[in-house]
Formats: sequence, C-alpha cells, structure tokens
Amino acid sequence: MNTVELGALGLDRGGHLLVKRALTRVEPGEAVRVVGSAPELAVHLRAWCRSRGHPFAAEDGLIIRRGDVERYNGAESAGAPNAVVDDAPATWGLAARGATIEAGAPAFDFVLHAKDDVWADEAARLYAQGAASQWDPATAIPWGDATEIPDAIEDAVVQVMTYLVENETAALVVSSRFAAQVHPHYFEVMQLLALNAADEARHVEVFRRRALMKRERLGLSSVGGQASLKTLVDEPDFAMASFLLSVLGEGSFLALLWFLHTHAPDPVTKEIARLTAQDEARHVAFGVAHLGRHTTADPALRGRLAAAIHRRHDALAHTAGLNEEVFDALVLLAAGAWTPAAISQGWDAVQSLERDMDLGRRRRLERLGFEAEEAEALSALHTRNFM
Amino acid sequence: MANETLLMGAVAYDPKVVTIWDGFLAWFAKNGLDFDFVLYSNYERQVEAHLAGHFHVAWNSPLAWLQAERAAKAAGREARAIAMRDTDCDLTSVIVVRADSPIQSVEDLAGKTVGVGAGDSPQATMIPLIHLAEAGLEPNEKFDVRRFDVLLGKHGDHIGGERDAARALMQGEVDAACMIDGNHLLFSKEGTLPSGATRIIAQTGTYDHCNFTVLDDAPTALIDRFTELLLSMRYEDPVVRPLLDLEGLKVWKPGRTSGYALLERALDRFGVLT
Ligand SMILES: [Fe+2]
Ligand SMILES: [Fe+2]
Repeated sequence: MNTVELGALGLDRGGHLLVKRALTRVEPGEAVRVVGSAPELAVHLRAWCRSRGHPFAAEDGLIIRRGDVERYNGAESAGAPNAVVDDAPATWGLAARGATIEAGAPAFDFVLHAKDDVWADEAARLYAQGAASQWDPATAIPWGDATEIPDAIEDAVVQVMTYLVENETAALVVSSRFAAQVHPHYFEVMQLLALNAADEARHVEVFRRRALMKRERLGLSSVGGQASLKTLVDEPDFAMASFLLSVLGEGSFLALLWFLHTHAPDPVTKEIARLTAQDEARHVAFGVAHLGRHTTADPALRGRLAAAIHRRHDALAHTAGLNEEVFDALVLLAAGAWTPAAISQGWDAVQSLERDMDLGRRRRLERLGFEAEEAEALSALHTRNFM
Repeated sequence: MANETLLMGAVAYDPKVVTIWDGFLAWFAKNGLDFDFVLYSNYERQVEAHLAGHFHVAWNSPLAWLQAERAAKAAGREARAIAMRDTDCDLTSVIVVRADSPIQSVEDLAGKTVGVGAGDSPQATMIPLIHLAEAGLEPNEKFDVRRFDVLLGKHGDHIGGERDAARALMQGEVDAACMIDGNHLLFSKEGTLPSGATRIIAQTGTYDHCNFTVLDDAPTALIDRFTELLLSMRYEDPVVRPLLDLEGLKVWKPGRTSGYALLERALDRFGVLT
C-alpha cells in the first residue's frame, strides 16, 4: 500500500500537501496509509478527509481512500500557451493562456474577443521592443541644458507643446480604453496597448514639463483641435479608432516630431522630439500591422475605414482644423528669426512637412490595400489638426 | 399549499442560506421540479410549522430531527430522514485543553470549568457533555459548564460559539473547550488555537449531523422526485458545484438515522439547554 510519512508535521501546518500529493498518485478508490507523530493527526485527518470526500478508516492505522469527486473534472484548457484561437470564449476570462480552467467560470464581457479584430503577429515583438526602450523622463532628457532662446521662439515652443499635450492625452485615453477591451487570451496585444498608453503618459509629462521650463503658463487650446480629438475619443470601434489614431494621426505625428527634432531651438526640445518619435513609430507599426491583417481577412473593412475618414471629415468640416497659433509657431520654429527671409524659409519647411505627412499617410493606406488613387483622396480628407 | 410545488423549510443561520436555496431552486426548476422554500429564524419554530403542515420537507439540524421525530411520535405519526450531506456522516467532537495544562484526562476535569458552544449545539455542547457524563462527570455537578451562546435556536449552526469557547480557552477563562473535530483543525490553521498550543484529551464517539426530514403525510411523488434529484447532483456539474461548495458537501447521500444515538441520550439526560 502507498504510504505517506508526515513525521511530526500536522495537517494544521501544511501536512495536507503531502497527503494530497500521495492521493494524486493512486487511482480513485485506492488506499493510502498516513504515518505521522503529530498528536492530533487522527482527529485532523478524519475531518480533512470528510470535507474533501475521501473515505477515512481510522480503525486499522490511518488509512484513507482517494475519493472520486474532483473539482477539475470537466475542466477545459484555455488554449495552448503559444497559439491563439480565432475567437476566445468569454469564460476563459482572465485565465492565463494555456491554463486549465474549472468548468463554470464566469463569462467576461471582453468586446474584442475575435482574433481578426486585434491580432498582429508583430505584437509580441513590438511589445518586447517597447518594454526594452522605456526611458526615464527625469534622466533621458537634458533638462539642465538651458540654452538662451529669444522670447518669441520660446513662446512658439510653449504653443507647440501645449498642442502636443492634448494630442498625447487623446492617444492615452484611446489606447488605455481598448487595452481594457481586448480579451486577455490575446495578451500580447493587451500588453502592447497598455505599453502604448504608458508611452503617451510619458509624452504628456515631457511636453508639459518643456512648456513650463521657462514659462508659468501653457499656450492656447482651440475648439477645432479639441473637436478633432473628440471624434477619436468618441470612436467606439477598435478598427476605426486604431485607423484614425495610429495609421493616420500618429503617422502624421511621426513627421511632425522629426520636424521638431530638426528645427528645435534647444537640446531639450530636440531630445524630447527624438524619443517620442521613436515611441510613436512603434504605435504606428502596430496599427498598420493589425489593420493590415484585419483588412486581408475581411476586405470589406476597407470600405468601412474609408467611410470613417469621410464621416470624420464631414463632422469636422465646420471647425477651423489646426489651431492657427500652432501653425504659426511651427513656421516660426523653422524660421528661427523674424526676418522675412527666415519666415519664408520656415513657411516652406512647414509646407514640406505637410507634404511629408501626406506621403506617409498615402504609403500606409496603400499598405492596408487601398489603391494609390483612393489613398491620395483619403489622405487629403485627413483632419487638418494632424491627429 | 399547491400540490405541485415542493415546499422546504430551512433555518436562516447565515445570509448565504438564501444564495444556496435560490440556486438550488433554479436548478430544480430546470430539472422539472417546482421547488420553493420558507426560512425560519429558529429550529423550534420550524419543527412546529412542519408538524402543522406548513411545508413538506425540513432541512433539519440533528437536534431538530430528534424534536420532529418525537413530536411526530407523540401525535401518532412518523418522521423519516430522506437525504443528508456526505460531510454530515460520522462526525466526532473533541475536548481540548491548553498544551501546558496539568489536565491529562477526562477525570482531571473534575472541579474545572469546561467551555461549550451554544446551549442547543449538538456538536459543541450536548454531545461533548454526554460524553463526559457517561464517563462519570455529571455537568454542573462535577465540573462547571461555561456556555458561549451564539444565536440560540440555530442549534450551533453558527460557528461563533465554538470559536468563542476556543478563544476563552487560550485566554485562560476556561480549562477546556469543546468543538467539532473539523473546527479544531480550522482553528489551528487560522491561529485561534495556535498550532501546538492545545492538547486533545477526549474524542467523542461518531455521530451524524443534518438531514432532510419528512413526515408521513408528505406528498410521495414530489418527495421521491426531490430525493432523486438531490442524489443525482454531481460535483462535476459546474452549475451546482458552487452551491455544494457553499453548503459544504460533495455529494448528497440517502438519509440514515443510525447516527443520532449519542444526541438522543444527551437530549434524554439534559433536555435542551435554552
Ligand atoms: Fe505619443
Ligand atoms: Fe502614440
């Protein structure tokens, strides 16, 4: 007969672990002899066996039989650790992918439970890359480097930073909302969206800190800018939101941040632009990757995405679009001085920025399978607010 | 009482009782049995109502079972136990002293104070006291009994009385305390009785606990269906498993009345301590 030796260990101090282990090694109905010197062993073993459904016989030493009632009979596997299913069941809930789930688990309302809606094979790699590239706003930016800047240029920096803060906040809200809607079976996507939100949190911090570096107030926030962002925040569909935010908005922002990097009047602004642009490139890459996969699986999605651009364009038609103060500030930053010649140069630089943004959008639209002509038309309808 | 509904009486010793029976109600309904329940605040009222025909089947404490059985007999009728929990078979209670106590055996309790649970608790009061009485130690004569009455009328279903007695033991207010075997394990694990701080000096004989009781006028077909469904509940069924967990069993067993002899002798000797 199988025997389990407890020594002086009682069931009140963990002895049940050894007893359970011994029972798993026999078939239901088979006996295990329990040997031990804890004074209460017989009393406690009797009580423990009764509550666990294991028949107990104290008469002939401490002999117990494995019962046939098991909590995990009928349990189900929550997929395989390294493969994702096409549609994750609601009752898999928060369980780790590949875990064994007790039957009868509660159903969770994760809206994004279909693989096609969220999945990109690149998600795990982008997450790993993002996790490795997290930078500390306190030390990564040369905050102490106080270059003397003319007042008007500093004002332009403050205005651009003010604009960036509200745009980054919109991206944070959208990423974190959808992070909480992804079925945890697709945890790579959930993690990536959470990391994106954390990136945006840092972006908000550094833009804000740069704005207040030499000034006590932030700049202007326009109705048109907020109206544009509100259409993003209000978009309930992940594909649409991801398309408008990541593919078009953050894509355009990439060009804007590199523009700032090029024309920054001081090393602080320059480094902020570089680090945030690196993060944004990942955000854009995921948007393009999962929507590319999604449009391949469901070509009709393209029509809905195009309609979303039209809808947004119509909704924003009556607004001013980009805050004029932001536009002027960008010109001035690129100009670097108040002379007509410098302003003319700055103007050209912003024109070229807008062309870059347009080219980038068209290229990404084509990666989602839009024809060149349609991509051009859709890009032209993108919000004048850039994001 | 509409004939097609099976009505059960139970005592609300804890709010979870509603969760449990609402859950079983839904499960019975799904299986074609129209089941409903009434809750009482104490077993005495429940036994009275049972005899008066207010419901068909009682979820009875062991003491309530004996009370129902005796009341039925007095009225020339008969009571029957139809089902019970697997965890209610072959319980024992223990009498515990502090590990450093000079008390080594039951005889040493003479002149001491023994803490028990509620006066009407079979497991924490009546059965330990009959164990001592039959060993020659008449309660309140040979030793003092200190009762920890929590929710009288609920026949010790609430664990509070046993826990209070255990605490009093550790605080030196009583020389010994009585409790069900499983609660000694529970109190040791949770630290109420720190591991190794107590010593068991006596263990009672085995006894059974709750059962579903019916009287001889119960509607046979309904009771048969109820019993059949109870016995068919499987712990593997995810719908009933949470309810079985809450009610503290793995499987319902056919009722038996062979496990109430100790309690009968206690009831004969002491009556119900109220
Ligand atoms: Fe950002
Ligand atoms: Fe972003």
